[in-house]
Amino acid sequence: MVSLDPRINRLDLQERKEETQPHEHWPTWEVFHQKKRGAQAIHVGIVHAPSPELALIFAKEQFGRRQKSTNIWVVKSSEVFTFQTGDEDMFETTPEKSYRDAGGYRVRDKINAFKKENQQDQ
Amino acid sequence: MNAIKDLILKMADDALIIGHRNSEWTGLGPTLEEDISFSSIAQDKLGHALQLYTILHEDHEEQNPDLLAFTRKAEDFRCCQYVEMPIGAYDFSLIRQFLFDHAEYNRYQMLSNSSNNRLAALSQKIKGEIKYHVLHADTWVIQLGNGTTESHDRLQKALTDSMPLALGIFEKSAFEAELIRNNIFEGEDALRERWLGSITPILQKAGLELPDISTIEPAYGGRKGQHTGHLKPLLDEMGEVLNTDPTASW
Repeated sequence: MVSLDPRINRLDLQERKEETQPHEHWPTWEVFHQKKRGAQAIHVGIVHAPSPELALIFAKEQFGRRQKSTNIWVVKSSEVFTFQTGDEDMFETTPEKSYRDAGGYRVRDKINAFKKENQQDQ
Repeated sequence: MNAIKDLILKMADDALIIGHRNSEWTGLGPTLEEDISFSSIAQDKLGHALQLYTILHEDHEEQNPDLLAFTRKAEDFRCCQYVEMPIGAYDFSLIRQFLFDHAEYNRYQMLSNSSNNRLAALSQKIKGEIKYHVLHADTWVIQLGNGTTESHDRLQKALTDSMPLALGIFEKSAFEAELIRNNIFEGEDALRERWLGSITPILQKAGLELPDISTIEPAYGGRKGQHTGHLKPLLDEMGEVLNTDPTASW
């Protein structure tokens, strides 16, 4: 096979003998990106890597390259504990309990009134 | 040619050619993540070359960076022969990144005190990028040096085979004494000492053995325009599009 890409032709693909074994792969690492010092580290995705050091390097390229970044965290995916996907229903809540939502408090009106009053004082 | 032009040109040519070589791994890298990382590092190198060619163009009456990069003949290039060698297998490319980038890192560190303001400023500007390139190389070398017997042996072989070429990085130019006298650059011998000091502890961590360099004949010639047969095909491929019509506007 001759490719339009000279790099492919140089590879001499027929002569490759290496074969990948089933289940032969690197673990995944969850990546958290931090925009600036003190800011929350926000989960942005995963990388595959054989060690935490290389996970950091890959995460920097994958997620730190095209945005402002101060730091990156990586955590082995197997070290992250979660609920079962089927337990989603535990998070559901009946609509009658709106008093439990923060939106149920009418604080915003009071704050606005307070601000307005203070502005007039100045 | 003068001392400062010669220094900047060889640095620029090194960066351009290794950047181009490393970019040949794009799409073919060993894993998706490493493919992206290595390509990104290659792009950084092209950026360094652009900065250096720009200095030559602005301060030293040379052609614009595109023409310098894409239209010169092989014998006009001042890169070392190491950077022009084909990418080979990943072990060779990785060891080259390791050996070359440590030299480059130390060269820019030394230039941060240069009497040439442009070079001193550039060294400040790109120090973070090069620090990262070295971290990338070190991490891989330590990982694979301590990996399997195969990964260790392949790295060791690549290291041993590469050493004459790597030592060719430090080939002196005719202007060496002048660069040192004018506090532009401390010189290739000083650089080579610093380089040895920075690669040795990493190789120890990786369980790799540095060959006895006193017995090795360095692959010199590149700094004088004497290149291997590998450079011309690279230049032809790299400049193929521009050279179909060098005057076209893009």
